[in-house]
Amino acid sequence: MKANCWCGIGEVQVMDVPDPQILNPRDCIVKISSTAICGSDLHLYDGYVPTMQAGDVLGHEFMGEVVETGRGVNNLKVGDRVVVPFPIACGNCYFCDKQMFSLCENSNPNAAIAEKMWGHSPCGIFGYSHMTGGYAGGQAEYARVPFADVGPIKIEDGLSDEQVLFLSDIFPTGYMAAEQCNIQPGDTVAVWGCGPVGQFTIKSAWLLGAGRVIAIDDVPERLQMASEEGGAEVINRNEVDVLEVLKEMTAGRGPDATIDAVGMEANAHGLLGAYDRIKQAMRLETDRPAAFRECIMACRNGGTVSVPGVYGGFVDKIPLGSIMNRSLTIKTGQTHVHRYLRPLLERIKKGEIDPSFVITHTMPLTDAAEGYKMFRDHDDECIKIVLKPGQ
Amino acid sequence: MKQQDLARALGWFSIGLGVAELLAPRKLEKAIGVRKRHTGLTRSYGLRELTAGIGLLTAEEKNLSPWMWSRVAGDVLDLASLGSGFSSDRNNKSKLTFATAAVLGVTVADVLCSMKLAEDEASSTRSVRHSVSIRKSPEELYQFWRNFENLPKFMYHLHSVKVTGGNRSHWIAKGPAKMKVEWEAEIVDDQPNHLISWQSLPGADVDNWGTIKFEPAQHTKETIVEVELGYAPPAGAMGALMAKLFGEAPEQTVKDDLRRFKQLMETGEIPTIQGQPAGRATSTTKYENYVRDLVSA
Repeated sequence: MKANCWCGIGEVQVMDVPDPQILNPRDCIVKISSTAICGSDLHLYDGYVPTMQAGDVLGHEFMGEVVETGRGVNNLKVGDRVVVPFPIACGNCYFCDKQMFSLCENSNPNAAIAEKMWGHSPCGIFGYSHMTGGYAGGQAEYARVPFADVGPIKIEDGLSDEQVLFLSDIFPTGYMAAEQCNIQPGDTVAVWGCGPVGQFTIKSAWLLGAGRVIAIDDVPERLQMASEEGGAEVINRNEVDVLEVLKEMTAGRGPDATIDAVGMEANAHGLLGAYDRIKQAMRLETDRPAAFRECIMACRNGGTVSVPGVYGGFVDKIPLGSIMNRSLTIKTGQTHVHRYLRPLLERIKKGEIDPSFVITHTMPLTDAAEGYKMFRDHDDECIKIVLKPGQ
Repeated sequence: MKQQDLARALGWFSIGLGVAELLAPRKLEKAIGVRKRHTGLTRSYGLRELTAGIGLLTAEEKNLSPWMWSRVAGDVLDLASLGSGFSSDRNNKSKLTFATAAVLGVTVADVLCSMKLAEDEASSTRSVRHSVSIRKSPEELYQFWRNFENLPKFMYHLHSVKVTGGNRSHWIAKGPAKMKVEWEAEIVDDQPNHLISWQSLPGADVDNWGTIKFEPAQHTKETIVEVELGYAPPAGAMGALMAKLFGEAPEQTVKDDLRRFKQLMETGEIPTIQGQPAGRATSTTKYENYVRDLVSA
């Protein structure tokens, strides 16, 4: 089959690889109809996530048709159309029982590596480095889905791929980011980053009762989408001092919740931005936490900082004093996608949201290399790319 | 008295002698019949004694033998110095003879203690303990473990276990350098749904034993499983090789084994990526080495 493989920093390539096979009783094989490039794939592309190996198949946002099931999978049958959550969860362990699926204790075959880096291991993830399992991903014609009796959600006819594909990651990720803010009616929520996750965070904040949503970015077409599709007030961080403007907009108090939908490759202006770039280049810090720092400083006293943005390792110059003295709550985590599949599918069916608004480009899987470059460089006003295998 | 206790006592002796040599070198020299002043030499011997003494009193019990051997080397030096004293007519020969006899006595004790310690250390037992929470009842976990033939399913260093009848079983493990290590084992304690304890029988390639306990967790629907595995490699070069039965990092091996036990019991399978597609010439060995290096780094 054809699969998009990571070949080194800044290099991906669609290669011919063997078809996946059932390896465990609870596996199924999905023939992929649609798959997307995620912002977090860019962290792999740019080489900021350790334990990638040349030849790893990328991709964790995918859907398609079940073509084979292991003998332990009784709820799916060949021909079912499914969306696959990006975290792999067993459904049996302590955390799965608590609906904290991205903390599954059993799905990461390389848990020992994660324990070295992070103390304890989270779940396995498709196509996202060997620290989180080394599972072959879904930017391919076929994918093996472990614990297929727990993860994939069946989709009825009548909904297009584009409407449901993002149940795999970015819609639940944006939704959980907003849900973590414990939004009270009328609250002001500020979202850093108007990439695909940011766009869904904005929509979700409205769904959860926010009175005001403010979006921060420096890419004009993304701010435009946040404003026109998301109905957010927007701040272009290239033009103004974000912290000052947020204070003005909230009568000095600050937003009730701030959300970092940027993650480890944030760009900052001035001295601190240069400091992060140098330290990251010298491997003295793994991530550039500029957006996270701003989220902390901007949040009102006693407010919540929610972090759907991906971080990998160690950062510094975090204003811990601000967090402590002002009673901030930090909420973060890989998304417990399984928890949100059904309720969010319901919202799509009811027409409360049509997730396809975020797609700017659709291209054949074979053009993945071009797609990655376009997405990273924001070429052609690119916000979200869907890849079609078999085209 | 344990050899380790004797070593510690000799450590205190070193401290005492060292302090005397450092603070009152001339008095000591007179006491052993030396007339000419050698205070510099005596003080340097005092420092040597203090070093050995501190080493013996602070080293871990399993690392005492090098310090004991340093005492033996010191004894040889002392005897050589005392021997040279006999060539000078001005020294008191009877006092020198008495001192030499005393040092000879201590030397014999030092040598014996060093040899015994070195032997103990080479064949010392190793044990590893680890625990994990599993969402299954003590009954289910006990039943599965009680059939030792199940163990190789998640303990990857085991090749096979055959129950040979009653409480006995025959174990074959993958030893270092592709050797097979075999032994007979017997269950020595069996408390249904709570504890199993087993032990290899005489004639084993490597003496070993294990205990697993199953305790219901207080506030979750889980069972706390605690394993302790121990083994005593035979002495000699063969023993050194056998000592690697559980790999270079026995703690990690036991952790990995227990993780797979949990995975198998909770999910019915052991998650894997072996055999999945990748855009590279698949080399399992290379990949396994890569993961192992990461974990042991």
